[in-house]
Amino acid sequence: MGRTLYDKLWDSHVVRELPDGTCLLYIDRHLVHEVTSPQAFAGLRTAGRRLWRQRTNLAVADHNVPTKDRALGIQDETSRVQVETLGRNCADFGITLFAMDDVRQGIVHVVGPEQGATLPGMTIVCGDSHTSTHGAFGALAHGIGTSEVEQVLATQCLLQKRAKPMRVRLAGAMPEGVSAKDLALAVIGRIGTAGGTGHAIEFAGPAVRALSMEGRMTLCNMAIEAGARAGLVAVDETTLSYLAGRPFAPRGALWERAVAAWRDLRSDDDAVFAREVEIDVGTLSPQVTWGTSPEMVVGIGERVPDPSAEADPARRAAMAAALAYMDLAPGTPLAAVPIDVVFIGSCTNARLEDLRAAARMVAGRKVAAGVRALVVPGSGLVKKAAESEGLDRIFADAGFEWRDAGCSMCLAMNADRLEAGERCASTSNRNFEGRQGAGGRTHLVSPAMAAAAAVAGHFVDVRDWAGDA
Amino acid sequence: MKSFEKLTALVVPLDRVNVDTDAIIPKQYLKAIGRAGFGANLFDNWRYLDPGEGKTDGARRPNPDFVLNKPRYKGGQILLARANFGCGSSREHAPWALLEYGIRAIIAPSFADIFFNNSLKNGLLPVILPDEVVDRLFRDVEETPGYALTVDLESGAVVLPDGTRVPFAIDPFRRECLLKGLDDIGWTLQHEADIKRYEERRRAEAPWLFAGE
Repeated sequence: MGRTLYDKLWDSHVVRELPDGTCLLYIDRHLVHEVTSPQAFAGLRTAGRRLWRQRTNLAVADHNVPTKDRALGIQDETSRVQVETLGRNCADFGITLFAMDDVRQGIVHVVGPEQGATLPGMTIVCGDSHTSTHGAFGALAHGIGTSEVEQVLATQCLLQKRAKPMRVRLAGAMPEGVSAKDLALAVIGRIGTAGGTGHAIEFAGPAVRALSMEGRMTLCNMAIEAGARAGLVAVDETTLSYLAGRPFAPRGALWERAVAAWRDLRSDDDAVFAREVEIDVGTLSPQVTWGTSPEMVVGIGERVPDPSAEADPARRAAMAAALAYMDLAPGTPLAAVPIDVVFIGSCTNARLEDLRAAARMVAGRKVAAGVRALVVPGSGLVKKAAESEGLDRIFADAGFEWRDAGCSMCLAMNADRLEAGERCASTSNRNFEGRQGAGGRTHLVSPAMAAAAAVAGHFVDVRDWAGDA
Repeated sequence: MKSFEKLTALVVPLDRVNVDTDAIIPKQYLKAIGRAGFGANLFDNWRYLDPGEGKTDGARRPNPDFVLNKPRYKGGQILLARANFGCGSSREHAPWALLEYGIRAIIAPSFADIFFNNSLKNGLLPVILPDEVVDRLFRDVEETPGYALTVDLESGAVVLPDGTRVPFAIDPFRRECLLKGLDDIGWTLQHEADIKRYEERRRAEAPWLFAGE
């Protein structure tokens, strides 16, 4: 019987298997950031342990870093201490760190692929749930907690149970104005935020093959929002051409040898999945979340649903609580919802392609009166590339703030946050209560949808906007 | 890690689906570089009437409607929760906060994977029980002041006040680690030779993963 891509990745990393199926799994790449690592390094020091393999680790501060006036340093003391602690830990243990003044600094899940530190066939972990992003390269990548960060530093291994392979097949061709973010939200809307629990989701089908690497990363990034620790996409020419020549990618004969091995990183035709879901994306519309869970999502042409129509009492209560928090009435058309803030950024949607899609919507237009809008590129290199295309001018002329790279308002650990009651069109990944600031209200959308909402002052259907700038 | 054998304790019901890690411990408290001090901010946004700004000065007003603040649930060590508990981020600060508050076991129909793992590595026991059992427990807790359960890891069962035993499943390896309070690193380092053998084999198969070493 054929094997799934997940099976192939898993099988090639098992160091030892216990009778109950728990495996000691080898980790090829460990990405480190400032929030979930200090206690792990402290644990190593207490136990007098060294790193198992220094060069598998790559570190960058992203969650706490300011996105403007960096020359002034980090004003918030606890944030500064955390970022400095990462610097000291990396120096003491010999880990490569992209510091705040390094153009390669950025969101860890943007930086890894951009540097070619993310490669097909690898196991990749990071103390951050959005590590699922790297699965776009045919790598087995998932988030871990701080105890596991310490274990990887000390042993290069994790104790894991095999997940169940699941395939989400996206059939049809993506309509104009619909992006990878809309696919991700539609998948979550269909299977729910626990739909992938215990599974690794392989995204397949013609709509996935047609996506750029940026789009595939957006899709895998949000696998965790569907409950799956890992998302996966098979390796193809798109993967290889993205990686060729990246700083950490192999070169010359090693590259050729790697490519030959990577070509097998796809599910066999006769592989069997524990669960299969198929969605026809041909009729999909741009998605907007209305509640406080990513599964609370509808198309832009739809209305806020009515909890009283929900049969399940727990779900009904959750919907009612979400609408109260979001201050939305059932039946309200999404297009009529006014917004206060627009955030274009995060590990989901802060790559060059995302910024281009947003810029296309705002070129020659102005941000609506009373709307605060910011663009936070995913890395210093994304920022530089965008500036070389003039995207910074387009955003600035329209009234957007053009910032430095970091996680920023996706989770508001730095100074970028919503005030209580503010409503935000955000390209990030979580609309949980208080996620972007205590009392803040988040609507998850694609970069184009967020940019268009900034101009209109409320949500609009970008399909009506295409080309009429 | 704290070991877990058997616990009889008051049950605190948290009747919400999809309780996420941002709700369990909001991000402004993740800036600490130690493992302690998170308990005071467990469920911070629900627990206090005034928003927390990353510091706890003792002057904040508890929300009397939130379940943890109700006198009848003071001292509860077993949290009864709904589906997909712990969804969201990988922050281990979530189990740290729960443990520091005093919670030692959580009963729910399902848990998010990363939270589930993080809990096991800290001696916080996540117990998965069927939906209908959890529904019944919510009713019983509501109706019975002082409602307590026994979670017996050794025999793998939750014991109801009337003596009914409801079995739950847990991986034998994880059960052993919890019972003995063993941590993963100590276990793994007993198998150093296996890791080195794996690396040798892998270096031959996939040398690009070891380039420059």
